[in-house]
Amino acid sequence: MNITEKILAKTSGKKEVSPEEIVEAKVDMAMMHDLTGPLTVESFQKIGVKKVWNNKRIVIILDHQVPAESVRSAELHEMMRNFAKEQQIDNFYDVGKGGICHQVMPEKGYVRPGNLIVGADSHTCTYGALGAFATGIGSTEMAAVLTTGTLWFKVPSVIKISIAGSFQKFVTPKDLILHIIGQMKADGAIYKGVEFAGPTVRNMSVDGRLTMCNMVVEMGAKNGIIEPDETTLNYVKSRTNEPFNSVKSDSDATYEDVLNLDITDLEPQVSCSPSVDNVKPISELEEVSIDQAFLGSCTNGRLEDLRLAAEVMKGRKIKEGVRMIVIPASQEVYHQALREELFEIFAKAGAYVSSSTCGPCLGGHMGLLAPGEICISASNRNFIGRMGSPKAHVYLASPITVAASALTGKITDPRSLED
Amino acid sequence: MITGKAIKFGDNIDTDVILPGKHLVLTDPVELAKHAMAGLDPTFPQKAQNGAVIAAGRNFGCGSSREQAPIALKHAGVKCVLAESFARIFYRNAINIGLPVLECPGVSSKVGDGDELAVNLEAGMIENRSKNSTFQATKLPAFIMEILNDGGLIEHLRKNLK
Repeated sequence: MNITEKILAKTSGKKEVSPEEIVEAKVDMAMMHDLTGPLTVESFQKIGVKKVWNNKRIVIILDHQVPAESVRSAELHEMMRNFAKEQQIDNFYDVGKGGICHQVMPEKGYVRPGNLIVGADSHTCTYGALGAFATGIGSTEMAAVLTTGTLWFKVPSVIKISIAGSFQKFVTPKDLILHIIGQMKADGAIYKGVEFAGPTVRNMSVDGRLTMCNMVVEMGAKNGIIEPDETTLNYVKSRTNEPFNSVKSDSDATYEDVLNLDITDLEPQVSCSPSVDNVKPISELEEVSIDQAFLGSCTNGRLEDLRLAAEVMKGRKIKEGVRMIVIPASQEVYHQALREELFEIFAKAGAYVSSSTCGPCLGGHMGLLAPGEICISASNRNFIGRMGSPKAHVYLASPITVAASALTGKITDPRSLED
Repeated sequence: MITGKAIKFGDNIDTDVILPGKHLVLTDPVELAKHAMAGLDPTFPQKAQNGAVIAAGRNFGCGSSREQAPIALKHAGVKCVLAESFARIFYRNAINIGLPVLECPGVSSKVGDGDELAVNLEAGMIENRSKNSTFQATKLPAFIMEILNDGGLIEHLRKNLK
């Protein structure tokens, strides 16, 4: 069996499972936030059970409309606060305490190899980077999980993507995953699992792996997963004392397909408006002037991302007429970036820097776009209307490409800024 | 039998256009319904109000896990969604809130905008009354039919937890 099958077998009490089989699996951790949590709470109340199945295995993180941008959001936050209190859910992260859920979950040690994790958010697939089976579910299903601690899954067939070669300077895991999505297309892995393997992945940091697995949902995948190794175990053990059992794919594991990729010649990639799979190597892009640059989100607001952007921006100024928004993925990242004086670099360049929130990524608040405006973003989606007006355009790229573009006022290959 | 006029959409219709992010603070289905498909066609709620069947291409409902998307469609008057394929979270969400969805290869070419459709969910059969044709969709598994027949996952759980 491959690692995805092994975790689904283990959590459903079976010796073996195979693709297409439907299993009822036990959930190790369940996560919800301020935009999916309220519907979950309403559904949970309608089901009529008094107590959640296990208050230690539930995590609530306020991150989307944070800090509350409207009275309505403030009410939803209050609803979640009250629910956490009433159900004695201690794993509750209020404004300023946690940050974006998909960074907080690994950071606080809730993501452990071999676990089955569900989250009421599509980017829950991020956690596969640490060898867990993790996938997004809806609010009503989350209410069912809160009630029973179990959920049905169809065992997915898995595509293995084996990657070799070293990244060129200023080319990152974001460029790699955009390139893969561009090849696979938006429905290329629909209903399927994606397992990343090979020497490039082995040499990749945890931050990079999280970015890779974060975006598998943009090609339709149910989960993205990377076999745990020393890098994984060092990270997880520094984050939690909870026991876990790592799972690896068998040498004779079966896959629906195995794709081999060499990234030696990979250049920075840009996903062009209005679909994530509309990906081009940056050298093939025509000139695109920008109004806004966004560095942040659960895809690319991590420390490594901020460091790389700061490296490009140090001592430089953002182009006049362009605004840049920098939002760290968590409060821990915020504190560390503060200590490393990265915000000093961004602020001196003329960027707006904030505490952790999902912010403009989903068009919630803080940096929405007017009709006709163009934004280059380190986030994960460029759908019509995603960041504000349906007549605005969003281009997705790596944190370094976003930084370089903010400096020049047009989408720019960061390698061209080298002295 | 579900009947309604077809409203057609293309491939990769994402949940951001079905229900834009700025409306996610709404939880009232009637309020959500006013913004159904706002990203593509602000007149959609008027078109769907007397009962509609969506006929779409591949990967319908991709993107965000927001359950507000199928809720908005259902309460705007959509009785069933037929698509070449679905994004998995949308598919599960729709069933869980009691909105029938059928995977239906070839639907894009077999249905025109405004065609009168009749859908037999149990059999997975679709009758296009405007074109006098019938065609087969992928039948829903029994346990999913049971959730739909109970009116959604909440009602299904309430029944089974008794």
